[in-house]
Amino acid sequence: MTNNKVITVRNLVKKFGNFTANDNLSFEVYEGEIFGFLGANGAGKTTAIRILSGLSGPTSGEVVVAGFNAKKQPEQIKKNIGYMCQKFSLYEDLTVKENIMLYGGIYGMRKKLIRERTDTLLAKLNFEEYGDRLISDLPLGLKQKLAFSVAVLHEPKIVFLDEPTGGVDPITRRQFWEMIYETAARGITVFVTTHYMDEAEYCDRISIMNEGRIVALDTPAELKRQYAADSVEEVFIKIARPANN
Amino acid sequence: MKRFFGFVKKEFLHIFRDYRTMIILFGIPAAQILLFGFVVSMDLKNARVAFLDLSRDEVTQKISDKLTSSGFFKRGETLLSYKDIDKVLRGNKTKAVIIFEKDFGRNLIRNGRATVSIIADGSEPNMATLTTNYISAIISDYNRELAGSSAGSILVQPEVRMFYNPALKGQYMFVPGVITLIMILICALMTSITITREKELGTMEALLVSPLKPVQIILGKVLPYFILSFIDLIVILVLSWLVFELPVKGSLALLLAESMLYILMSLSIGILISTVSKTMQQAIFISLVGMMLPTVLLSGFIFPIENMPEVYGWISALLPPRYFVVIIKNIMVKGTGFLYVWKETAILVAFTLAAIGLSIRNFKIRLQ
Repeated sequence: MTNNKVITVRNLVKKFGNFTANDNLSFEVYEGEIFGFLGANGAGKTTAIRILSGLSGPTSGEVVVAGFNAKKQPEQIKKNIGYMCQKFSLYEDLTVKENIMLYGGIYGMRKKLIRERTDTLLAKLNFEEYGDRLISDLPLGLKQKLAFSVAVLHEPKIVFLDEPTGGVDPITRRQFWEMIYETAARGITVFVTTHYMDEAEYCDRISIMNEGRIVALDTPAELKRQYAADSVEEVFIKIARPANN
Repeated sequence: MKRFFGFVKKEFLHIFRDYRTMIILFGIPAAQILLFGFVVSMDLKNARVAFLDLSRDEVTQKISDKLTSSGFFKRGETLLSYKDIDKVLRGNKTKAVIIFEKDFGRNLIRNGRATVSIIADGSEPNMATLTTNYISAIISDYNRELAGSSAGSILVQPEVRMFYNPALKGQYMFVPGVITLIMILICALMTSITITREKELGTMEALLVSPLKPVQIILGKVLPYFILSFIDLIVILVLSWLVFELPVKGSLALLLAESMLYILMSLSIGILISTVSKTMQQAIFISLVGMMLPTVLLSGFIFPIENMPEVYGWISALLPPRYFVVIIKNIMVKGTGFLYVWKETAILVAFTLAAIGLSIRNFKIRLQ
């Protein structure tokens, strides 16, 4: 993790008619950081991720991702990010290699480079014999790891993970997070949303959203100290449901 | 461009690996053409007729022979009394019973007038009408022969010729109709399914955040179906030519060009359906109920639009296939040129542009 900012958000507002999905968000994310994005369903996480990844434009405010303005240069942003959503982004009826070739090609990589990276990737995951298998034949955990590897195949500056570990067993989740650490160590920023509070502990910094606003943003340790909580889960409950206290 | 072709290749892989898609693309069109061509044939061929001949003379013999040697009818039971008629028709094999009155031949010669009754099975209205019409025609033909031999009596003698389809082959009606139906089925249904499938799987999100432009994604998904539909069209034309001896009378180039326009329009409608449906089921429902059924019932391919109540005529005017049926029948069967179908062509272009425009609008709203 360095001090180079790869995401800068200032006073981001996103409205749908009268409904304000993102209310004046401001934050920064640094190169190589693992940045956790927490919040209940409908808190505005997905809206924010869609804006950061160039899928939709902000109503007002300034958003700079990988050096490009989200409002004016969404196409440039798309070339410099990776993305993996909660549902799979791999095609079940294509083989492992075909999927890698497809996504590599979409991101403008040369065939030779894609083949080289495919070999390293399969070797790293002990996947060699799976190269020509259909994705539908793989167990869920393997699919998820593969989807993540494909999302960072083109060495993006940032990778967005939208609830990447839904429905996966604890061991695979743990392996998955090891892959996330490794990726961040290579200098790729990881922007991750999650439901699992134990996963939030693994992040360098976390931001907690509630009703469209960021209500807390700091390292897990600092947040726990501030709210006098033993775990991020406790912090989250104290913040998100103050009425219950 | 390289990005785009990799994407198109992937779409072909989806199609070739899914046997259901392959059946819809190539099995159904061939089956439909053969089914409609052979089974749903509206022609009369070897229909069985029974005779109740109460006269048994030379004239009734002649008329019966004339009927059964025409190729339209074959001789069924020979009945002895009126009681048997009901039994024979209930057997379902015999389509009509022909009754010659007593002393038929004698009456004809002495009075110049004799009665033959035709009793048909009305539970199959089309068949019954067809049968009675054909029988009447053959008998009046015999009438004319008689009148011709006895000089002096003057009769108005109509000479009927069927233009464009002299043998009145039913395939002339069905082949263009089936092409119209198949193209809209494959294009609208398959494109709406393939696009909504990506939405359901979540891969659409992954594609949208990729450097591929939305236009490239849609074109990439649609292009394979465009190519395969076109191949389908050629298969259908060759089949109908080889099996039913149905040539394209007009310009083949014009027919292919108009078909490309129609395919393009159907694809645009498929895209439009995919922008309004969230799930594959929804897309299938809209395509089948919204496009297929009206096409079969209201496009004028089976039931003439002129005979429909006015309201249905209006609804039919909103159905693009209706215009393509006119175009393709004109070119295939009548052999007319572009001058006769330019209005319908313009309407198809308008439908295409409207569908594309609406899709872009819906897509932008969704992306906001």
